[in-house]
Amino acid sequence: MDFHLTKEQEMVRKMYREFAETEVKPLAEEIDEEERFPMETVEKMAKLGMMGIYFPKEYGGAGGDVLSYAMCVEELAKVCGTTAVIVSAHTSLCCAPIFEHGTEEQKKKYLPDLLSGKKIGAFGLTEPNAGTDASGQQTTAVLEGDHYVLNGSKCFITNGTVAETFVVFAMTDKKLGNHGISAFIVEKSFPGFYVGKHEKKMGIRGSSTCDLIFEDCIVPKENLLGQEGKGFKIAMMTLDGGRIGIAAQALGLGEGAINEAIKYTQERVQFKRRLSQFQNTQFQLADMHTRMQAAQYLVYAAAMKKQNHENYSMDAAMAKLFAAESASDVTRRAVQLFGGYGYTREYPVERMMRDAKITEIYEGTSEVQRMVISSHLGVK
Amino acid sequence: MKIIVCVKQVPDTSGKVAVNPDGTLNRASMAAITNPDDLNAVEAALVLKEQTGAEVIVVSMGPPPAEGMLREVMARGVDRAILVSAREFGGSDTYATSQILAAAIDKIGVEKDDIVMCGRQAIDGDTAQVGPQIAEKLGLPQVSYAAEITKEGDTITVKRMLEDGYMTIKVKTPCLITCIKELNTPRYMSVGGIYECYSKPYEIFDYNTLKDHPFIDKDTIGLSGSPTNILTSFTPPQKGAGMMLEGADKATCDKLAGILAAKHMI
Repeated sequence: MDFHLTKEQEMVRKMYREFAETEVKPLAEEIDEEERFPMETVEKMAKLGMMGIYFPKEYGGAGGDVLSYAMCVEELAKVCGTTAVIVSAHTSLCCAPIFEHGTEEQKKKYLPDLLSGKKIGAFGLTEPNAGTDASGQQTTAVLEGDHYVLNGSKCFITNGTVAETFVVFAMTDKKLGNHGISAFIVEKSFPGFYVGKHEKKMGIRGSSTCDLIFEDCIVPKENLLGQEGKGFKIAMMTLDGGRIGIAAQALGLGEGAINEAIKYTQERVQFKRRLSQFQNTQFQLADMHTRMQAAQYLVYAAAMKKQNHENYSMDAAMAKLFAAESASDVTRRAVQLFGGYGYTREYPVERMMRDAKITEIYEGTSEVQRMVISSHLGVK
Repeated sequence: MKIIVCVKQVPDTSGKVAVNPDGTLNRASMAAITNPDDLNAVEAALVLKEQTGAEVIVVSMGPPPAEGMLREVMARGVDRAILVSAREFGGSDTYATSQILAAAIDKIGVEKDDIVMCGRQAIDGDTAQVGPQIAEKLGLPQVSYAAEITKEGDTITVKRMLEDGYMTIKVKTPCLITCIKELNTPRYMSVGGIYECYSKPYEIFDYNTLKDHPFIDKDTIGLSGSPTNILTSFTPPQKGAGMMLEGADKATCDKLAGILAAKHMI
C-alpha cells in the first residue's frame, strides 16, 4: 500500500494541526472539567469545511477524501479526544449513511446543512438492551398512512443533546429479526421526539451523550432511509466507516500522549538526570511510538480502501481494534512516565488515558472487532 | 475590481536563525513560511473580496518552490497566483525587487478601482522598503502601517498605527497599502480551499515575460544590479536583565542617580 500523501493531504494536515494547536488545545482541559460541549469550536470547524470533509461539493461538502477526514480526527484527538469524536460521530454516523443510502431528495434536503456544519448529526442504534447485540432492537416503527410512528428509546447517543438530525433504527417487522429493522432520518423537531438525560462519563466529557425517547414520534414516510428491512445492513455498513473515525481518534490520543511524554521527560530531572536519559524512558517511548506508528498504517490503509471503494470492513475492524488497545496502553504508560504529576489534572495525560478507554468500547467493542475480523477469516 | 497582494516566502525566524559565512541567511536550514505581515494583507484583501466581490491575486518573487506557499494562500480563498521567478532576478535587494514586482503588477494591470497590498515588512530582512518602493515605481498613492481599512466607493479610509499614536488617512483607488499584524487575524486554509487550490490559475512570470517592460533594466536587477551590499551580519548580544527601582520618592531618585554616577553615566 502506498502511504505517500498527496500535496493536498499534506496541506490539509498542516491546517488541522495549526487549528488543533491554536483553537482546540487551549479549551481541552476546560471542556473536560466542566463537561461542556464546545459549540464555539464546532462553529469554527464548520467554517473550514471540517464537518463535511470527504463529501462532494454539490451537497455542500469540502470535496476532500476519506484519509483527509481520518487525519482530521487524528490531529484533533492529539490535543482533545472530545472534539475529535464530535467530528467523527457527525461525519461517519450521520452524514455518511444519508450520503450512501439516501435518495436524491433526502441528500438535497439534509446534507447541505449537515456538511456545512449548520446542523450537527447523530446516530441512534444502541438501546438499553441492544448494545453489542444490535439486532435486539425494541424501538418500533409502524406505518400509518403517510408516516411512521416510532416508539421506544435509545441510549449513549453521541452528539445527542446538540444534534438536529438523527439516523435512527427501529423494528418495522419484529418477526423478521435483523431483516425487520429499518433506518429513518429523524429531525429533532418531529412531534414525539425527546432528548433524555445526559450521561456523566469517565472520559470525552465535553462530548454530549444522552438518551433519545420516541413517544408516538411522527416520521414522514419519505424519511425512511434505504428500503424497509434494510436497516441492520445500513447500521453495520455505517459502523464499518465509523470505525475508521474512532480508530483515528484512538491514534491521535496515543500520539498526543507520546508528544506530552517526550516533552515532559526531557524537562523532569530525578537523580540529577533528565528522565529522558534513563534507558527505561527511552525504551518505553520507542515501544509506544512503534505501536502508534503501526496503528497509523492500519488506520490509513482502511481509509484509503474506503476511498477506493474496496471492501474495507476487516481493515476498519483491525484498525479500530489495534489503535484503541494501543491508545489505552500508550496513554497508561504516558501517565506512568509522568509519575505522580501524571495522575493530577494539571497535566493532560490522565485525560488522554480516560478518553482512550472509550475507543475500546464504542462503535463496536474490541470483542466485536475480533468477531468481525475472525468472520472475515472464515473462522467459525 | 482587483486586489493584488504581494507575498514573500521567508525563513521562519521564530526558531533558531542560521547565517551563512558571507552574512546572508541560510534559508535551506530553516523552515519556509509565508511572511506573517503578508498574511495580514491577504486577509484584508479577502475581507474586501467578501464585501465587494473583488478578484484577489497574489504575486510573489522567489524560486520555484515558492509555489507551495502560493497554493496555500489560494487555499485561504485567493483567486489566482503569479510567481515571478528567473535566475536573472536572483539576489535582488529591495530596490531591484521592487522594480521587478512593479513590472509584474503593471503587467497584471492596475486599474481605477484596484488596490495593491503588501505586508509592512518581511521577517528576514525587516526593511519595510519594498511596498513603498513599488508604489513609487507605479506612481500610486501609498498608505503604510494600516491597522484598519474601510472602503466606501472609491475611497479607502486607513487608520495608520504609528509608534506614538494613530493617523487616519483617506485615499482614492488605485492605491497601495502596507498592512501590519494589528489589522486582522488571518484565516486558516479551508478543507475545500485546499482541495481547490491546485486547480486555480497559477502563472510564472519569468525573465522573458517581463524583460521588455520599461522598469526592467538588466543593470538594475539581480545581485549585480542591487546597490545594497552586506558588509557583515551578526546576532546582537543579548542585553542583561534590567534593574527595576520602584517608587517616585526622593530616596529612589537618589538611588537611581547614585547607580548612574557609579557607571559614569552622569
